[in-house]
Amino acid sequence: MRPLDESETTQVFEKLFKFTGNNLKNIVESPSHEGPDQTPGRYCFRLHKNRVYYVSESLVKRATNIKRDNLVALGTNIGKFTKSGKFHLTIQALNLLAANAKHKVWLKPTSEMSFLYGNDVIKGGLGRITDNINAYDGVVVFSMSDVPLGFGIAAKSTQDCRKMDPNGLVVIRQADTGEYLRSQEDI
Amino acid sequence: MEDEEVEVVKGKNSQKKASKKEKSKEFVAVNKKKKNEVLSESDMEDEEDEEMQSVDGDEGGDSGSDMSSDGDDAFAGDFLQGSDDEEMGSGSQSDLDSDDSDIETKSKAIDDAKEREEKEALDELRLNIKEAPDEFRLPTQEELEVEARGPPDLTGLQQRIKEIVRVLSNFTSLRQEGATRKQYIEQLKLDLGSYYGYNEFLISSFVEMFPPVELMELIEAFEKPRPITLRTNTLKTRRRDLAGVLLNRGINLDPLSKWSKVGLVVYDHQVPYGATPEYMAGHYMVQSASSFLPVMALAPQEKERIVDMAASPGGKTTYIAALMKNTGIIYANEMKEARLSKLTSNLQRLGVTNTVVCSYDGRELPKVLGNNTVDRILLDAPCSGTGVISKDESVKTSKTAVDVQNCSRLQKELILAAIDMVDANSKSGGYVVYSTCSMMVIENEDVIDYALKKRDVKLVPCGLDFGRPGFVRFRESRFHPSLEKTRRFYPHVHNMDGFFVAKLKKMSNSKAAPAAAQVAEDGGSEIEPSTIETPAPQSNVISKKEQNKGSRKDKVDNLSLKRKKEEKPNAPTEKRKKYKPPPREEISKAREEKRQALREAKKKGKSKV
Repeated sequence: MRPLDESETTQVFEKLFKFTGNNLKNIVESPSHEGPDQTPGRYCFRLHKNRVYYVSESLVKRATNIKRDNLVALGTNIGKFTKSGKFHLTIQALNLLAANAKHKVWLKPTSEMSFLYGNDVIKGGLGRITDNINAYDGVVVFSMSDVPLGFGIAAKSTQDCRKMDPNGLVVIRQADTGEYLRSQEDI
Repeated sequence: MEDEEVEVVKGKNSQKKASKKEKSKEFVAVNKKKKNEVLSESDMEDEEDEEMQSVDGDEGGDSGSDMSSDGDDAFAGDFLQGSDDEEMGSGSQSDLDSDDSDIETKSKAIDDAKEREEKEALDELRLNIKEAPDEFRLPTQEELEVEARGPPDLTGLQQRIKEIVRVLSNFTSLRQEGATRKQYIEQLKLDLGSYYGYNEFLISSFVEMFPPVELMELIEAFEKPRPITLRTNTLKTRRRDLAGVLLNRGINLDPLSKWSKVGLVVYDHQVPYGATPEYMAGHYMVQSASSFLPVMALAPQEKERIVDMAASPGGKTTYIAALMKNTGIIYANEMKEARLSKLTSNLQRLGVTNTVVCSYDGRELPKVLGNNTVDRILLDAPCSGTGVISKDESVKTSKTAVDVQNCSRLQKELILAAIDMVDANSKSGGYVVYSTCSMMVIENEDVIDYALKKRDVKLVPCGLDFGRPGFVRFRESRFHPSLEKTRRFYPHVHNMDGFFVAKLKKMSNSKAAPAAAQVAEDGGSEIEPSTIETPAPQSNVISKKEQNKGSRKDKVDNLSLKRKKEEKPNAPTEKRKKYKPPPREEISKAREEKRQALREAKKKGKSKV
């Protein structure tokens, strides 16, 4: 386990910024209540076996005596680095993103299951959508009852969405909670 | 009625006609008369007899009708007409060309036949009465061999099982002459084993633990699955809200029981309850009701340090995190790599952020995490799984005594490691909760007793008042009396998987069980046995005590090895004395006095001899 170096940090923050915008500050600076200390600490990012974890510092301190081979996971896994060095956000980051998302999309109940099976969001399934989405922004997908379902990339801006025909693609799915059941190599 | 029978028989025996036609020609005349006689008599006749007669008669009739033989035709016509009417039959008989003497002999023969029938019927009745339940006999060796040769007769087995249970419940009055209780139980074991599919070891263990009626309930309960239960993830939702949402989706559920605030039991479901959007968003977890119990016993507080030594698949770990509200730190350890992914997946899904997952052998954990560092530990030990037979039927046949012994050894090592890791001086903690999903005493009470002897811990109430207390004594073992604070759960009583929970509190951080506590306990009952022993082995006894090996079991062994004959009768009564720990000084004083007395007695004894 080691802290992220410069390039890795920039990559991670870039990806996060797509979804959270200025709320990125919240992510980095929110007080963490984990750990047995009375005073809340801070969160930090750590890299372990090509996976990036968002952990409280007190946890990190106490996990240092676990050997590298035996440590499996810490706190929240938010993404992983591929073999070619690119960073992808995984579904486990959903909680973090959903709390700080800038652009949101709500799905109609009928198209919830379709999204959870791994399909993209089409206009016909769209319930609500926040304004000011630009094309290729990060978007977090919710159900109408505000349960986070996943996230993806907006294919069109909000204005274009309104003009589109009902079968047009609105959100390109990147991750959804159905993956917890579909892919077992999720960690 | 008789006509129908005749016709039916006719139809049946059409194949026999060809072979018997030649024979029957001769018999026609004779048998026709017989047939008439038979038909004219009452309905009490044996059908076979009738059939036989009617076969011949029919064939006579048939041959009469089929084949054109003049004599027969005439008779056939008469015969058939005669069968309709009794009087006609007798009338036609009188028309027939027959001697009176023939009639007499025939009628005698018929009377004899009738008597024979009645006797046979009576015998059969008597036979049936004999085999009625009131006099159940154990099958003899020959009968068993015969049974073993053929395919198992399931209904017969079940019948016999019920009978044996009935006899055992009222043994003195219902027993068979000369049969011992042991024979009945042996037969019951064999029958249960072959009917339900258990191996010898497992069924013997259950027979040792339960009386026959309860044993049947238990085994029946194992055949059926337990109800499906869910646990609300309080980090993300509340039980009320979740219940509402799931009801809308078409899952019929209810709150679990009054002892749980987060449990839900599913009655039926139109959609898969493990694939709803709420499941995937981590609002609940599918978990058996018995798995709630150890975490409830553990009662983790916020900001504590907790270790879960065998965490996968993560149901209990996530429950702990939910109770702690994501504060503090949990070390979730899982040795098998294959199960790790499930654990991490569940942790992430349910939104647990205060956990560090590692993969060590539980016995190595104290070296990694250090001794006396942790507030509470949950050890849901790997076990033989004899309590979850309703989930996994292969346990019935695959577990042997060796397996259970191995499990027990591993569990003892793990519990010692767990106790070493806990900090006795922690402000809010110092507890170890040990639980297994097994019903075997070797894996449960035995392990706890071992821990009590080896370390400075004591049992405290679990907080689960609806279970059954654990065994304080079982067959030849005698455990520490505080073991009644442990809890056992059974499928046929509590409608959850077989489970065992024990909560230990660490009293001090020393690795030896305290001499004071042990001496006080053992002093009361060990005084007498120690006086029995000769001075030389006495030192052994003392040193043994200091090493804290003085369990009641060992005492029994010592007694058997080294006891003096004249003091033998005292020993058992000593064991049954009520347990009261006298103060240390008094004990050592009393011991000294008794040693003196023994030495004098020995001298006297020697002088006598």
